[in-house]
Amino acid sequence: MLRSLQGLVCRSLKLDHGCALHTAARGGLSSVSSQDVPAENLRAVFHTSESDPAKHTEQHEGRLYNIPLEEVKAVFPHGLPYRFQQQIQTFNEARVMVRKPALELLAYLKGSNFAHPAVRYVIYGERGTGKTMTLCHVVHYCSRQGWLVLHIPDAHLWVKNCKELLQSSYKKDRLDQPLQASVWLKNFKSSNERFLQEIKTQKKYMWGKQESTEEGRPLGEVVEQGLARVRSASDAVGVVLREIKQQSHRGSFRLLVAVDGVNALWGRTSLRKEDKSPVSPEELTLVHNLRKMVRNDWSGGAIVTTLSQTGSLFKPSSAYTPQELLGKEGFDALDPFVPIPVPNYSPGEFESCYGYYLERKWLQHEKAHTEDGKAELRFLSGSNPRQLDRLAGPL
Amino acid sequence: QSASVKLTLRLICTTTAVQRKNAGASGPEKYTEAFIKKQIEEFNLGKRHLANMMGEDPETFTQEDIDRAIAYLFPSGLFDKQARPLMKHPTEVFPEQRKIQWGEDGRPFHFLFYTGKQSYYSLMHVSILSVINNASSQSNACYSRGAAQENLAGSRWLTKIELEEMLVEKMSDDDYSRFIRLLEKLVALPCADLEEKYIQKFSKEVPAQLQKVLIEPLQYDERGVAFSTGEGRRKTASATAVVYDNGTGKITVNGIDILHYFPVLQDREQLLFPFQFLGRIGKHDMVCTVSGGGRSAQAGAIRLASAKALRSFVTEKEVEFMRQAGLLTVDPRVKERKKPGQEGPRRKFTWKKR
Repeated sequence: MLRSLQGLVCRSLKLDHGCALHTAARGGLSSVSSQDVPAENLRAVFHTSESDPAKHTEQHEGRLYNIPLEEVKAVFPHGLPYRFQQQIQTFNEARVMVRKPALELLAYLKGSNFAHPAVRYVIYGERGTGKTMTLCHVVHYCSRQGWLVLHIPDAHLWVKNCKELLQSSYKKDRLDQPLQASVWLKNFKSSNERFLQEIKTQKKYMWGKQESTEEGRPLGEVVEQGLARVRSASDAVGVVLREIKQQSHRGSFRLLVAVDGVNALWGRTSLRKEDKSPVSPEELTLVHNLRKMVRNDWSGGAIVTTLSQTGSLFKPSSAYTPQELLGKEGFDALDPFVPIPVPNYSPGEFESCYGYYLERKWLQHEKAHTEDGKAELRFLSGSNPRQLDRLAGPL
Repeated sequence: QSASVKLTLRLICTTTAVQRKNAGASGPEKYTEAFIKKQIEEFNLGKRHLANMMGEDPETFTQEDIDRAIAYLFPSGLFDKQARPLMKHPTEVFPEQRKIQWGEDGRPFHFLFYTGKQSYYSLMHVSILSVINNASSQSNACYSRGAAQENLAGSRWLTKIELEEMLVEKMSDDDYSRFIRLLEKLVALPCADLEEKYIQKFSKEVPAQLQKVLIEPLQYDERGVAFSTGEGRRKTASATAVVYDNGTGKITVNGIDILHYFPVLQDREQLLFPFQFLGRIGKHDMVCTVSGGGRSAQAGAIRLASAKALRSFVTEKEVEFMRQAGLLTVDPRVKERKKPGQEGPRRKFTWKKR
């Protein structure tokens, strides 16, 4: 099928076409031998060897930086998008693009005064523009800086598809979610090992009738308790959150609360009680405690949240602004906050992403290497990172 | 009285001209002259009645007015135009018939009657006479040699069926080709312009070339940016597209970005096709409105509209390339109608043996 005028024109000028083929073949042969040189050039343009987010500035904008795989496992036991995890597995390296919203956030964090109440940042944007990746960038920075990172990968997981709902022993009208809580505790433990030893409890906590945790015990014990006794996992989470919040203002550590999909905390849930009545978010212990965390009545850290439409319940797919996704209740609860919009790729960012795929030989189609192919990809994906990723998959 | 009896008897025998392909289903009715006359009278009367009914002047009631009146009084939804109610002059309705070729005494009028194809042979005689005359008058006024041929450049000879209609007589293929060869010989001779009138009786103008589609020139809006519009339809969707120059490749549909309006890749590929074909992906901006149809139909309609709009930006050769690629053709496929006795347009009901 006639896909391009160029093909037609070439057909009419046969001689030139023959010559072009010949030169292309020769060019291909030569490129095989000196493959390192162009690859090096590409590397220089699209990558940066600066793997410490603290040192990322505007000149690194649009470039991809590498996170060593061990760090990835340590810092992000959970929280990276699924497709990105697959990409890490395929390419055997984790490359994150430095983008303007992330740089903005980092600048705010660097310049923030930790004596004041924690500032709330809400990252919002359309679907697939890179909100979660921005959050992960910030989390990486904070963990490098030695902050205590409280990363909730997706708050939507806590308000839907929960198989077990237990009635809370602590408060009669609340419901526990043992599975989700234990999963989160496990990940939290693996990412913040040293803090768990340093922070001590300030109160005595009773787990049921027999077990209790004394005052002054390291927080790690509470976490162990939660993991061992799954029934009390949600309460363990609540304890952990409260302790950390109370102690953050002392200044011995900085706290970052990173919540992905914060609009789940104020929306509706898809869970039902045994009598088929719907559960509202306040009735879930995890959500209740998390809401307390996100309130800015503590100091010594920052709260960075993301809005997400993809996992949200009962919200139209065209909604992406904080107003629409949070609803009135959520907006009032989060107000005041610093909104950070995340747009689609700018032309430069698109170039670097495309160059990265080319360099890793992810784009195998011969047309993908041409300028026309690049223009086609840009058009069809609309410079949306997720669309580009999905498009480049089968190529 | 005996003469009229004889006449009617003879009429039944002369069936030469009645069975013909172009007479449609040859009805068993043989139309006498009297019958035709009566039909004509009835037609005229009916025409006046119709004019009266429609409130128009009976004197100036033309055939077009008749057609319009009949279409108004007897509306028909039939697709076949020839099956709809019609009122035309009897000479158009009843096929031409030959009058009786011989007189009361049984002696034929024409001297070539007993050849069987009298009209054909008389025609051949006349044509050959003109050829011979031509040859003899070669000395006078011979300058216009190829003039006759030029005059006939945009015309064609009558087809066999048309010739048969003209002569009211059947002929074979061989006879027809002989006649055409004779005519061509006549045309090729010098001084053929004298016989031009005679030749023109047997030639028809070929209708003018395919209508050339006008390509609209570019318009310029207030900012000085060139733009052009195009319209397209597909299935039930209709779209209008305005393509602006000096753009970044942004496309808006009904005020919404294409990434949101067409989440499916296939639709976006359809929109991409005209631009990619011309190699102008990032050069134009487009604003379209579309309504009706489903997502695929809307995508196809916008594609056609944008291709039509792009014609103004592009050379004629490229327009021809686009046409050959099928970017400018309206897709005639629409939903086929369901037939009675079947479940769908093609699917039959489940066949049960008993």
